[in-house]
Amino acid sequence: MKFKNNTVTLDATDLKILEALQKDARQTYTAIGKSLGMAHSTVYDRIKRMERQGIIKKYTTVIDAEKAGAKIITAIMTVFTDPKESENVAKKLCLAPQILEVYTSLSEELLIIAKVIAENQEGLHEFIACSVAPLPGVLRIRTSMITKKFKETQFSIADNSKVNIYKRNP
Amino acid sequence: MNEKMASRILRTLSREKAFYFFTSIGNYTGESAASLRTFVDKIREMNLKSLEFHFYRGDFEKWIAEVLEDKELAEQIGTFRNSSPIGESLKNELYRILVRRYSKLKSMLY
Repeated sequence: MKFKNNTVTLDATDLKILEALQKDARQTYTAIGKSLGMAHSTVYDRIKRMERQGIIKKYTTVIDAEKAGAKIITAIMTVFTDPKESENVAKKLCLAPQILEVYTSLSEELLIIAKVIAENQEGLHEFIACSVAPLPGVLRIRTSMITKKFKETQFSIADNSKVNIYKRNP
Repeated sequence: MNEKMASRILRTLSREKAFYFFTSIGNYTGESAASLRTFVDKIREMNLKSLEFHFYRGDFEKWIAEVLEDKELAEQIGTFRNSSPIGESLKNELYRILVRRYSKLKSMLY
């Protein structure tokens, strides 16, 4: 593991360990070591180091909301903002539990793109009308309701190495 | 109705309590009204899609009754909705109802 401009460069062993954890984060150090042909102590040391460095942010559970009985609708909301207020609007959106993800984008205008959930269309409208539209700097809002999900995934070491986004160091 | 009540209905509201004009669920036009006066002006300028969206959801009446606290005006709009107006006739009559009420309230202040 090497440090370069505040970023950490991972070697091939680190990447293999991350790949194994992304497949199943509940497997033991011994199991990972066995599958990768290395000592469990090596696996342990490297995982602990990557946790300290914030490369491994957390271990969590991915829940299928539908199977768990949560009846929700999801929408992608595009908020057009005054450039001076954009940062504040984005920060305020981050505080709302209805908002799952927030991004900014600069196309012709400065935009905030957010993923929003609500119990139904009325709840979604109520949230946007009462909590988003009144924020200072909001110029207008476009919202698209998601009707069918084709793919949803997290950043994956394994998948990204296939498309050369992440180059492995020897 | 007395001068105090008229003054309360005609007050300027905070940003949070303003009426925000949408064209459909989650699609905000960028136009808002924080008083009856600005609401009347916006109704005259607003596109028909937005007017029909809010009118048939009962949003105008709700805001007028609960936020501006003018039950009488809210009832007039509710009664008008029963005739199922659309398009320009909706806009024109709604505007007429609002202007008439606004003028009456304003006259009570002097």
